[in-house]
Amino acid sequence: MSVILVLIGASLIVATGFLVAFVWSVRNGQYEDRYTPSVRMLFEEGNDKSKKDLFTKNPGQ
Amino acid sequence: MTKIMFLGDKSHSATNSVIISLFHMNEVRDKVSAFCYHCGESCDDSLIVSGSKNFCCEGCKAVFEILEGHDLCEFYNIDGEAGLKIKELPLEQRFDYLDDQDVVRKIVEFTDKNISSVTFAVPEIHCSSCIWLLERMNKVNPGILSSRVDFLQKRVTIVYDNVNTSLKNVVKSLASVGYEPDINLDAATESKPAKKSYKAIYAKIGIAGFCLGNIMLLSFPEYLNIGDSLDTNLRNVFNYLNILLGIPVITYCSSDYFSSAWKALRNRFINIDLPISLGLLALFARSVYDILVHGNAGFMDSLSGLVFFLLIGKLFQSKTYDSINFERDYRSYFPISVTVTKNKSESNIPLSKLEIGDRIVIRNNEIIPVDAILFKGEGCIDYSFVTGESVPEQKVLGEIVYAGGRHMGSAIELEVLRTVSQSYLTQLWNDKAFDKRSASISKITDRVGKYFTYAILLIAFGSAAYWLPTDADKALTVFTTVLIIACPCALALTTPFALGNSLRILGRNKLYLRNASVIESMAKVDAVVFDKTGTITSPRNLNIEFVGSELTTEERSIVKSLARNSTHPLSRMISESLEGTGYTPVYEFAELPGEGISGIAGGKFARMGNIRFIIGEDGGSLKKFSSDLKKNGVSTNVFLCIEGEIKGFYSLRSRYREGIENVIEDFGRKYEVSLVSGDNSHERSALSKLFADENMHFGQLPSDKLAYVRKKQKLGKTVMMIGDGLNDAGALKQSDIGIAVNDDVTSFSPACDAVMDAGAFSILPSFMGFARSTMNIIKVSFAISFLYNAVGLYLASQGYFSPMIAAILMPFNSISIVLFVVGMTNLCARRRGLS
Repeated sequence: MSVILVLIGASLIVATGFLVAFVWSVRNGQYEDRYTPSVRMLFEEGNDKSKKDLFTKNPGQ
Repeated sequence: MTKIMFLGDKSHSATNSVIISLFHMNEVRDKVSAFCYHCGESCDDSLIVSGSKNFCCEGCKAVFEILEGHDLCEFYNIDGEAGLKIKELPLEQRFDYLDDQDVVRKIVEFTDKNISSVTFAVPEIHCSSCIWLLERMNKVNPGILSSRVDFLQKRVTIVYDNVNTSLKNVVKSLASVGYEPDINLDAATESKPAKKSYKAIYAKIGIAGFCLGNIMLLSFPEYLNIGDSLDTNLRNVFNYLNILLGIPVITYCSSDYFSSAWKALRNRFINIDLPISLGLLALFARSVYDILVHGNAGFMDSLSGLVFFLLIGKLFQSKTYDSINFERDYRSYFPISVTVTKNKSESNIPLSKLEIGDRIVIRNNEIIPVDAILFKGEGCIDYSFVTGESVPEQKVLGEIVYAGGRHMGSAIELEVLRTVSQSYLTQLWNDKAFDKRSASISKITDRVGKYFTYAILLIAFGSAAYWLPTDADKALTVFTTVLIIACPCALALTTPFALGNSLRILGRNKLYLRNASVIESMAKVDAVVFDKTGTITSPRNLNIEFVGSELTTEERSIVKSLARNSTHPLSRMISESLEGTGYTPVYEFAELPGEGISGIAGGKFARMGNIRFIIGEDGGSLKKFSSDLKKNGVSTNVFLCIEGEIKGFYSLRSRYREGIENVIEDFGRKYEVSLVSGDNSHERSALSKLFADENMHFGQLPSDKLAYVRKKQKLGKTVMMIGDGLNDAGALKQSDIGIAVNDDVTSFSPACDAVMDAGAFSILPSFMGFARSTMNIIKVSFAISFLYNAVGLYLASQGYFSPMIAAILMPFNSISIVLFVVGMTNLCARRRGLS
């Protein structure tokens, strides 16, 4: 039966990984605006790609 | 509001008129069914052709040229209806106040050596092209490093290089492509901390859900009733893991309830969060005790389940409770800065620095921010935001112009008579009614919760005291069991879901409430006060009627052509009302501001204007209209005189809104209905079939309206005020519930509890009935949740209380209550004909 303990340990680690990913996405602001990105991703990328990165740095906070 | 546009084709005739044509036209043609390349509106009034493209105005063309110049024409391909009509090009000096460092500091969110970031509200954002264009603003202004749109909030966040560009230039670039940000200094300073973030609650829900899922998984042996047959070690490991998973639930996820209960206790009152907190703590403590001491399964699954559902309810509640910000006063409507002229030089200063005696310049379409005396020019003031009256007033030199009006026509100069806060209109905001902060917390839950908490504590301590002398262990068990069973989760979930769902239903039917607690007030109303102009009358759809001898086609064409040459709103309305009539060239056009217009059209000399303007010519024949005039009652009249003969007059008056009789009749049966109007009593007889004579009050100042509402409240009434303009702002604020009727929900309305689209006016009684049904549903669901608690206590007293029972019973309570209230509110809405 002790294999169950291993399995539970493994499953908890995997689940915690997803939990951490979720908390990270919340803190990163991905739940603040759930509409605009769906439109934005459909635009043709121009030559202005490099400018986008500023926002992931979150200058306001 | 009437849209004023500058017509291109009047320059040939506007020799001695005061009209200034702001723009030079490329090419102008008449009567072509072309559509503007930018905004898609018809170019019937004026057409500008540039290359192969048609534009309806210079504003649209200018925007197109900027986009073309920066290779941004893709804008037009993304969404077919991308462009919005550009009403007027912003003047160069308009944004000068943004050079002021104090102002910049207020608006900018973050700044360091060379980067600043700022968030603007841009009401024009409406389609995917807007997102596309606004996120490529760096092509228009290279100083903008990046911009990001939040479409639903209609906001754009811009990061710019503050060395190479300035806030003013950023705003100018936005305005140049037709997206002028809505800058409001007070809102900017207040809204920054209030910009609500849901990050914490999302994280809490996620963690509670995670713990719930894993605890339930680890509790499976208990659910399948094979827990006892399990290896003791394995069972202990499962239980210890449950404690481990329960710790974040009790410490982090439910911290809001503890802090809220503690805060209430410290202020010596009791709210619903106290029994919830006690229940949660009892669940956790009992579980830890059971697991560690007795080696039994705990209640961790019930605990995390409850917290999970409660947090979802809380999220739902906070989303609906602070949905719309209606706390707007005159400051959000008045300009931030004003142009002051001194020694022939003009400068822009903030409104608050304006002093008595200053000379200010007001241009076309600008708001007059203070009471002032007209010093130079001719005023044509539209007070529709203040009074709801759609026909503008003419002002001549030396007359007092009250704050709040929008000036139409060429620039005027005014001398400041009173400072902003002391002006006739704005001093309303000094009234103490504006000091009260309206509480947004639902009152009914806390009221019920208070008695509920006392009852629970009494039962818990009573039963503990009963067992304590004989069996201390049993006393503790009973005590915690009562607290757990009685945890009023269903009670706490009822109100947010019932009110939140009702709020959504009302919003779908175009009644937008400030928050859900307004529904509670709506159900209690027993007196209704109406404003007249703009509220029960419609400022749009003026009834334009010609009284006098029937006009021939030729005469109609003369009127239309003549009226078209004037920018005066009355002329525009008359011109537009004559559909299907052709134009004829007009020569020697002249406009005497405030009086009338004249010109030669179709070879005939025609004059149109007010009674003074016409009477000089043919006083005798005017007499034959005197009975018509009297019969017509109150209306704005424009007389027509062709070749010296008075043909009659155009009578323009506002119509009552559709369905007004039914609304007032219905209200009359249930409430005390009255009318307060700033107008004189001309319409008393027309309104007497709707309102009782003693309940109609005319000639009321804005402060009188406030006082009237207050007087009613002193008599113990719960008053609902229905108004529209700024002059109703005091009464709207003082009343228990103030509803602003608005013909265009996106435009300004004063601070109030609810904004109603004018189209929904006729179903107002259904709204009121629905609010009452909602409150009844809440009461019924309270009864159900008490029943659950009674059953739970009975089961507990019979010794049936086990982790298994708790794990089934408690989520079942919460979910069934939520389904009940949501289903019932939807059903009630459908029965009342609300979609």
